[in-house]
Amino acid sequence: MIWGVLQFPGSCDERDALHACEIHGDGARLVWHESRDLDGVDAVVVPGGFSYGDYLRAGAIARFSPAMEAVAEAAAAGMPVLGICNGFQVLCEAGLLPGALLRNVELRFRCHQVELIEERDGGRLSIPAKHGEGRYYAPEEMLDELERNGQVAYRYADGHNSNGSVRDIAGVTNERGNILGLMPHPEHAVDPLTGSMDGLRVFDRLGRGAFASHEDGKAPRG
Amino acid sequence: MKVGTPKYRELGLTDSEYELIVEKLGREPNDVELAMFSLLWSEHCAYKHSRKLLRRLPTEGERVVMGPGENAGAVDVGNGYAVAFKVESHNHPSAVEPFQGAATGIGGIMRDVFAIGARPIALLDSLRFGELDSVRSRHLLDGAVRGIGHYGNSIGVATVGGEIYFEDPYEHNCLVNAMCIGFAKTADMVRAAAAGVGNSIVLMGASTGRDGIGGASVLASAELGDGDEAKRPTVQIGDPFEESKLLECCLELLEKGLLVSLQDLGAAGLTSSAGEMASAGGVGIDIDVARVPLREADMEPFEIMVSESQERMLAVVEPGRVEEVRAICEKWQTGSAEIGTVTESGQIRILREGEVVGEMPVEALVDGCPLYDLDPAEPDGWIYGNRQTLEVGAAPEQELLALLSAPSIASKRWAFEQYDSIVGSRTVRRPEQADAAVLQLPEAGNAIAVSIDGNGRRVACDPYEGTIEAVLECAQNLACVGAEPLGLTNCLNFGNPEKPTGAWQLDRAVRGLADACEALGVPVVGGNVSLYNEGPDGPIYPTPVVAMVGELPDPEQVAGNAFAREGDAIGLIGPFEPSLAGSELAKQRGELKMGLPRPDAAAVVKACEIVRDAVRAGKLASVHDVSDGGLAVAIAESAIAGGTGCEINLNHLRERGAQPEEALFGEGPGGFLVSGARTSLEELGAVLIGTVGGPEIAIGAGDRSLSITLRAAESAWRSLGEVNAAPRDDDSQSSSSP
Repeated sequence: MIWGVLQFPGSCDERDALHACEIHGDGARLVWHESRDLDGVDAVVVPGGFSYGDYLRAGAIARFSPAMEAVAEAAAAGMPVLGICNGFQVLCEAGLLPGALLRNVELRFRCHQVELIEERDGGRLSIPAKHGEGRYYAPEEMLDELERNGQVAYRYADGHNSNGSVRDIAGVTNERGNILGLMPHPEHAVDPLTGSMDGLRVFDRLGRGAFASHEDGKAPRG
Repeated sequence: MKVGTPKYRELGLTDSEYELIVEKLGREPNDVELAMFSLLWSEHCAYKHSRKLLRRLPTEGERVVMGPGENAGAVDVGNGYAVAFKVESHNHPSAVEPFQGAATGIGGIMRDVFAIGARPIALLDSLRFGELDSVRSRHLLDGAVRGIGHYGNSIGVATVGGEIYFEDPYEHNCLVNAMCIGFAKTADMVRAAAAGVGNSIVLMGASTGRDGIGGASVLASAELGDGDEAKRPTVQIGDPFEESKLLECCLELLEKGLLVSLQDLGAAGLTSSAGEMASAGGVGIDIDVARVPLREADMEPFEIMVSESQERMLAVVEPGRVEEVRAICEKWQTGSAEIGTVTESGQIRILREGEVVGEMPVEALVDGCPLYDLDPAEPDGWIYGNRQTLEVGAAPEQELLALLSAPSIASKRWAFEQYDSIVGSRTVRRPEQADAAVLQLPEAGNAIAVSIDGNGRRVACDPYEGTIEAVLECAQNLACVGAEPLGLTNCLNFGNPEKPTGAWQLDRAVRGLADACEALGVPVVGGNVSLYNEGPDGPIYPTPVVAMVGELPDPEQVAGNAFAREGDAIGLIGPFEPSLAGSELAKQRGELKMGLPRPDAAAVVKACEIVRDAVRAGKLASVHDVSDGGLAVAIAESAIAGGTGCEINLNHLRERGAQPEEALFGEGPGGFLVSGARTSLEELGAVLIGTVGGPEIAIGAGDRSLSITLRAAESAWRSLGEVNAAPRDDDSQSSSSP
């Protein structure tokens, strides 16, 4: 699997994401935000950082980039897309993922290691979170629907939801399960020397389509 | 301003300095020239009260790639790579407007590092505020921490370490010193000297506005006092997004070999950048201010020349490559304009649409400022106050808890969790996991460690010995992670050098710095001086902040500071001679006075080598240097970090003559608290003082023996978060409210 990592002005974690993708896949390359061509990659990471300085609203400008148009088209055709932190915000702004990310409940940026629980199998991951606007929000009816559809992918473990996300949600997918947005940073958990290896499990799950509910892409209904 | 005061005095020049300018020009300077002279001849730019002293510092070393005089120092880390680093102060802007002051301090220090072609990979900061019971101090702390986080996080450079002290003398004049570490291929690095007559001068980055006009002279080179609110417009406003683009743009330009030289625009803006580039290259420079992109169209030439608008860089480019350079600037959506030319005139000429509006010899402008000798005099005694917060004779348990919860000693998690400490994937030890930050360098096949230290209170007790201690503390912190020092930089934060006490503190401290560097064999590769740090209540503690970069071969071997295994032996290594002089306990008892014991620097250096080798050989389970609060605090910190108690007996120190209280809470350099297998510790010559394990921290020290639960210790040590949970309404008050 060849990964592409988008690069916007103001991206911060794109090199780290590239490194993680190189460890996980068969290769990885940066995709410049002005490029409409994804260069033949099999999967895409929309990385963390402060694209366009987070001006206007986090992710609000990056979603209009030519590269994001290409990502939307490829995602519609089933390509795996992983939005991390600012990338999650971009995917929500682009309407590719449900919900929105609001300012942390404590109104401060916070960087710390958090425990996540994988929704399907209950597995635990220890990976870092670092953001000031990571409080996941969606209206109650939408949340109920996400839960019914199996679109909640990761939750913060007890005591680890420091940003105040509704229902402890850390990551969600689209209905089809090929687009994942995650607030904590799996690309910063690929080396025991700098923390843990748990992040690779996120790349792996998305890459092999483990978030898709059914092969036909339709989720089971309540 | 008072009627009749000559303009040059308002700008900070003395009568004799003005006369010298007239003599060098052969005429009276016009407004443009006067503005430029007043900035480059300010203390901030000319180092006129410190330069002679700084000549004492050793600057040579076989690993030095760039030394003092460049935008940042750099040392060789092998395999064709170098590590660049520098510390700079942004004290006065932060005291006036902490968020922007600290944010632009980060922006400025990063530009210094990428100006020499190094990619910023880490930040550290050294902060000083008044005591936390003051609303002003909480406001300044909150603003500065937010500002550092805002800028560093947004630009994607990890903040990996630092220190914060709270002391009354910083109440009105806080200190914000920022350090940036950069990483570069040695072959790609550039110097700041302009070269090549006929080459173009290209200004890149943000447009130029009226912000920060006179920052270096009005704000940075005078004492703080009444009317500082009116100085707010002299504080610059930062935009990390602009800097992020500028950073990537400059690194791409350098990688493609398109720049002859590069310089950042910091204090005194275009004036100092152009002046310093011309001076270093022995050439002249013409600048046409009409070609500078402006935020406000009606700016005067002098304003354009002295504006301190942030996120700008100046490059020398061969004429044939200007288009290529501008195309890359466009790719990164960063501004660029060809604003001048390198000339052979030896003059800085300022033009507006071709008409000369200022012309000065580079030599006079950049190197002509007179350097002053100091007139030092030792004060009669302790010139700072004493405030008792802990009664003499309190129970030892109470003393230990009071020390652990002292804001200067307590965990700074509240602050460092507001910083991204991991971006870049180099951070091997996050803040508070070890005594020094450790960054892996896979490209060079090794790692570096960085520490920044400077206990102003101890320097106030004895500027010479205190500064030696600061250097030794840094070296000890590096030894704790197995690193060997490669180079040192510093930021000398002092009071008014024109006053005898301020002059004496500065003089003694620089002597101490020089002697400590000689003893360690570590070269000084750069530095920064911040003087006139005084408020209405007097000068700050003299605060030389020392930062050291060291190398370690294998980051896998780095020990942490946490007791790791139950049953491990605990030992003490090094020539530790604890004394209550200048200690945190003496501060809390209101017993501070002049004088510190003389450390045996050679013996400390030897102990550092033993510890470094032991860490590299994997012989230690934990290692922590004994610092603020003494051995009892170091023991508690290792216990808290490890989540386990311990049983200790300090008879050994008492046999060496220490009173029980000195053994527990006495401070001084040279002590390493280690744990590991008993045989390993014995082989290293460690004095065995106890065992890891149990729910309590129990320390035997004669009639001052103590025992507290691990939970009580941790709760005290983590109390800083609660201190800062003060209502936000309180925090958001203006800095003028005391």
